[in-house]
Parts: sequence; C-alpha cells; structure tokens
Amino acid sequence: MRFTKDHEWVELDGDVATIGITAHAAEQLGDVVFVETPEVGKQVKAGDAFAVVESVKAASDVYAPISGEVVEANPELDSAPETVNASPEAGGWFAKVKVSDPAQFEALMDRDAYEAFLQTQ
Amino acid sequence: MSDTETLKTTPLTDDHVARGARMVPFAGYSMPVQYADGVMKEHLWTREHAGLFDVSHMGQARLIGVSPLSAFEEVVPGDFIGLKPGKQKYSLLMNRQGGIVDDLMAGRPTTPDGALTDGLFVVVNGACKDNDFKVIDDELAGQVEVKRLEDRALIAIQGPEAAAVLNALVPETAAMAFMDIRALTGFGTDLIVSRSGYTGEDGYEISVPAAEASRVWNLLLEDPRVRPIGLGARDSLRLEAGLPLYGHDLDETVSPVEAGLTFAVNKNRREQRDFPGAARVVKELAEGPARLKVCLRVLEGAPAREGAEVADADGNVIGVVTSGGYSPCLKAGIALAFVAPALKAEGTALKVIVRGKAQAAEVVKSPFVPHRYVRKP
Repeated sequence: MRFTKDHEWVELDGDVATIGITAHAAEQLGDVVFVETPEVGKQVKAGDAFAVVESVKAASDVYAPISGEVVEANPELDSAPETVNASPEAGGWFAKVKVSDPAQFEALMDRDAYEAFLQTQ
Repeated sequence: MSDTETLKTTPLTDDHVARGARMVPFAGYSMPVQYADGVMKEHLWTREHAGLFDVSHMGQARLIGVSPLSAFEEVVPGDFIGLKPGKQKYSLLMNRQGGIVDDLMAGRPTTPDGALTDGLFVVVNGACKDNDFKVIDDELAGQVEVKRLEDRALIAIQGPEAAAVLNALVPETAAMAFMDIRALTGFGTDLIVSRSGYTGEDGYEISVPAAEASRVWNLLLEDPRVRPIGLGARDSLRLEAGLPLYGHDLDETVSPVEAGLTFAVNKNRREQRDFPGAARVVKELAEGPARLKVCLRVLEGAPAREGAEVADADGNVIGVVTSGGYSPCLKAGIALAFVAPALKAEGTALKVIVRGKAQAAEVVKSPFVPHRYVRKP
C-alpha cells in the first residue's frame, strides 16, 4: 500500500489500483455522511479531485493518487458511507482505477514514509 | 484572518484544550469546533441529554441610561417599552435600508425577589460585536451608555436534561420559563441566567465572571449527563432548529420579512414606523418581499451547503442556499434558502444544484426538528 500527502492510499493488483482515504484522514473528517464516488469509465489524472467525502460539517475533495480509467466504484458507500470510518483502509475503498502509468505508484510514499510525514503535520 | 494575527482566547480556552478539543479560529477567537466525540455524537448527545457550550466570544453589554428601553427602540423593530421585568426578547439591529446589522437578545434581568437590575442586558454575535456596540453607541449617544461586560464569560447548557442539571446546582433557575432572565447568586458568584439558547432545546445561557468561568464549566461537567459540545454541533443543532446564523442567513441586505423574522417586528412598531428601515419593512409586509427564506429537505444525493443554487421543477434557478448541511436527527440534507415567494408553500418540489447535479428537494415547515422550549416550568 502506498500513500499521498493528501491522505489517500493506493493498493496495486496487476494494473488495477484500489484507492481510498487513510485512517488518519477518516479520523480527521469525523463521521462520514455522504460519499460521491467517481463514475465508471471516467479518465482521471493523478492530482485531480475525483471524489468527494462529506462530514456533518463540510465537504472535502479526494484526489486521485494515480492516473487511469475508473473501472469500479464502491457501491457500499452509497448506502453506508460510515464504512469509511469503520474500515478506511479496507471495506471503505472509494474506487478502482486501471492505471496508465504504474511508475506513479512506485513514486508514492510507503507506510513508513507516510507515518513519518504525519509526524511533521 | 491571517496566521500572523493573534487569536483571542476565552476564559475557557485552556479547559477546551485539556479536554481534547480541536481548536479553530472563529470570530477572532480560538474556539473548540469539536471534542473527542466528534460533531455527530455531540449533536445527538445534546438532543438526548445535556450539552455544554462556551459562547464567551459573544458580546455582552448593559445599556445604561434614563430610559434605555425607549432609546433601544430607535435601533430595533421590537416592542421594548412593553418588555416586562424579568423577560428577554430576540431582536434585530437594523440599518436604514431595512437590512439586518445583527441579531441579538436583550433583556431586563430581575433578582429572585423581583428587583430590577441596571439597564438593558444585551448579547450580540461575536463576529459583529465591535460594530454593533459602536452602532448603538453612535445612534443612542447621550441616551445610553454602552457598558461592555468583557470581564464575563458566557456558557450555554442545552438539552432535555439541562434543566435538571442546573436546577440542582442553582435552585432559583427551576421556576424560570422560556425567555425569562434573572440576576442571581449561583456557584458562589453573581450570574445572569436566561432560559434560552440556540439549539431548539430547553436550556439556559449563563453569564459568569471570567475568573469563575473555569470552575463553573468543570463543575457542570462533573455531572455525567453533561458533555462539552463544539461549534460544529452548535451549527448543526441551530440548523435543525431552523434558526438563522448571522453572516450566512442574515446580513445587511436581508430584511426581517425576507428572513421570516416578522415576529421580531411588533405590531405597534409597524404602525409607528419609527425604526431604521421601517419604510421597506412595512412595504414588504403589505406587498410581500422579493425573496423569502424557506426550509428545504434534500431528498437525494449530497447535502446542499451554503451557495448551492435552488431551481424550480423546470430547472430555472430561483434561489440560493444560505446555510445547509447534514441533519444527524433526520439523517438527510437540510438547508435554509432564499427562494421566489411563489415557491414558499410546504411540499413544493424544488431542486438543489450540488457540484453541477440537480437533486430533488422539498419545501418543509420550520423548524426541521421540533422546539422543546419550556414555557411553563
């Protein structure tokens, strides 16, 4: 699993990346009440806002950590957005993306680097 | 506010930090937006038990003068000459164009034996207080002295168990009804207590000397029914109660008629037309305003927040959301919006535009969650 400074995580399986927000991000947001996942077929570019997560208080953008085509969005989040809080780095995944440039994955932080980054925040 | 500007603190700032609050800048102060429980749990706790709020950023003052009530009527549309001792009243500081400079509470605190205390006690919004008190001072120069009470904190206790908690500690508060205000001795110090609040629940607002605030705050929190509540839940609670927030639902362009606050424009004042902006207000009362505040329930999709456009069933933009969010009690998006008055009726089907998507919404009655004020204790 790799991580971004915007607190997204990516897991790569072959050329399909599963993307979500980190436990730290979910804790900071508080109770998630709505998630807008990207539409299947959408082309996303690394760094683009590609999903929205909402708490009672505010709406926050989620940025694509990696470029590619959205091949699946997590249907669970439509009916149970609280899954993001309960299981941010597993069942609370947002979308799967068929990656166009796997090298982008290698360039992201590993868990140790992300944990160290959180210490600086 | 820039980072280089120093934020003010309240007498309770250290207590918030000690209890794990997340502090944010608000109205020039460092204020708790939430504690460890988070906005959702804090909101529901207040609806079920008792929530404690630090609202010391708000402006407190006494207007002292020969006849402060009649003087005050020169800047607000309410009947203050008729305000009975021991009562407070919601009102609006008006500009000459009929817009709202701020909304406020003003009352005549009495002691438990019925004696009237000095002048008119006024509480205004924190972000507006310097301007409000300057406006009052300028407009009423020579009639009242604005004596700001900057050495006092303000603590609100709200929720169905708030009365039981406070009544046990300060027995004189038990006989108070909604909008009663008393000057009393409690917690071993001098208090100004009103039975009112900003959540739609029963509860009290307690003005306490700054030096005693931390002790009172922590004493109230010793009761297991009481938890500290941040500004995040304060906002979602007031939204469910259909109560406007100055700077969002109200501003200098919005009239009391547009805002649905005609109850604050008393009958005798409408006839006398002697408050700032009366010409516009009386005209709008007779002919209807150009826009009107309504309550919207969002029926699908994301919550509609401030700035979201409102469209009619045909897709024509006819209004805008002035504050909106997620209702923890209704588990749906709710919003206050201005719309064309023709679309004000309950049940009117409208759309809210969120991130380019038109989502179904419906005009519903105010408040979203029923008020539970105690009018007869």
